[in-house]
Amino acid sequence: MLISKQKPLEEILSYLEGDKSVFVVGCKGCAEGWASGGEKQVGGMKATLQEKGKTVTGSVVIDMLCDATLTRLKLRAYRKEIAAADSILVLTDGSGVQTVAEVVDKVVHPGCNTLSSGGAHAEWKESERCLECGDCVLEFTGGLCPVARCSKLLLNGPCGGSQGGKCEVDASIPCVWQQIVDHLARLGRLDKLEMLVAPKNWSVSLMSGPPVKRYP
Amino acid sequence: MKTKSNLERVLESRIFAVTGELGPPQSADPEVIRRKAKILKGHVDACNVTDGQTAVVRMASWAACLIAKEEGLDPIVQMTCRDRNRIALQMDVLGIAALGMNNMLCLTGDHQKFGNHPTAKGVYDLDSIQLVKMVKDMRDEKKFQCGEVMAVEPHLFIGAAENPFADPFEVRAARLGKKVAAGADFIQTQIVYNVDKFAEWMKMARDKGLHERVRILAGVAPIKSVGAAKYMKTRVPGMDVPDGVVSRLQGVPKDQVSKEGIKLCIDIINRVREIDGVAGIHLMAIEWEETVPEIVQAAGLLPRPKFVT
Repeated sequence: MLISKQKPLEEILSYLEGDKSVFVVGCKGCAEGWASGGEKQVGGMKATLQEKGKTVTGSVVIDMLCDATLTRLKLRAYRKEIAAADSILVLTDGSGVQTVAEVVDKVVHPGCNTLSSGGAHAEWKESERCLECGDCVLEFTGGLCPVARCSKLLLNGPCGGSQGGKCEVDASIPCVWQQIVDHLARLGRLDKLEMLVAPKNWSVSLMSGPPVKRYP
Repeated sequence: MKTKSNLERVLESRIFAVTGELGPPQSADPEVIRRKAKILKGHVDACNVTDGQTAVVRMASWAACLIAKEEGLDPIVQMTCRDRNRIALQMDVLGIAALGMNNMLCLTGDHQKFGNHPTAKGVYDLDSIQLVKMVKDMRDEKKFQCGEVMAVEPHLFIGAAENPFADPFEVRAARLGKKVAAGADFIQTQIVYNVDKFAEWMKMARDKGLHERVRILAGVAPIKSVGAAKYMKTRVPGMDVPDGVVSRLQGVPKDQVSKEGIKLCIDIINRVREIDGVAGIHLMAIEWEETVPEIVQAAGLLPRPKFVT
């Protein structure tokens, strides 16, 4: 089970600064279990965003957000509400945020940090989507994760070795930065890549040692 | 002037700059560096010393730079994020400045998979753009990355690299813009063989006004053999070697190939010089340093300026 925790509200609001309206997505799986993006939290987030002057065009809580087929199907029923929103706020772990980014052509904002897989991994066949780094950067990378998918963990754009959509390290690895650029180009939001992304906080990642008192 | 860098003086004087490159040995032998430095001296304004290029263990860049400086060069310390976290990077920045180095090139670094220790753990705590910003804040704000203030700041002329030939091409100029916004003073590019594509990239940079805010040095290098050209064309990530380059070398008798490679390099220098916004060249005659005097001479770039310090 992926263990996630909601980001501080100020951080979420900073992501939504340029957006008037938003669609909220939660998950009945891990995020419900860890109270970061279940029915209750999605309802709470809707109320909070409305209080802050945002229009919430709709919301949905999906059984398993990390399942692309299921998510695509479920979100189809909310086509109008999603089209009416400037962006989508996703309250779950990094895997689920990336599913939504993959199946909907809309800017997605991560509402949670993923702290740990709790000993297991979400169901993404063939590729790792989330490294449970604890300091989610999907806001700055078009909803695709370079921490899990770039060989050099680059946060500010592609390195000089990306050619023909492939990573220089191995031709079997798609260059995630090519995918990020393609995705944001499709959304007409390449401007998102002009911001300087600051050094990451690795102290909340499992790479800095076993998790201590980090869980909700 | 932000620093005592000779390269900064040359660029600020709007003289077309020439930087060279020196690869440290895979051993503790200082004589290799002295020999190469003696060849380069007087022919370049500053000289890059690589930092474990292609992820192969070699003498540390800063140490080789110290030897090159003793030989009269203005070294450019290359610093990669592959092997150091932000703590080690900042310690090295303080150290190289204290040793009297004036220039630093900020790089992400070649992936460890390509070197002679492919099982090593890559660090990549920062990327090259974050490194540029960190060094700039240390120099101009006297601040460490954590925000704490230092007593004596490192006066370093800050460089970064850019590859006009890598994908996605449409964001390459924007990425250059990020390096400039982060604080790069000069840029050295990947080796240019496809001059047309390089010119197209320079136009994108000019359209953003970047050539006014940073000094751009075009990377150039002589090719020794047809095999080397083919290898770069097919095997080196991020290289763009047009068919015309390979066929030009194939079109001369075998004993003339290396001479033709040098001529080709001189031709490319003459062409990139004509492109608006190109402030100099970065000549990478790696393991072929003895060609540097000839190339610089033939390109009409001698004598190099001397400043009274």
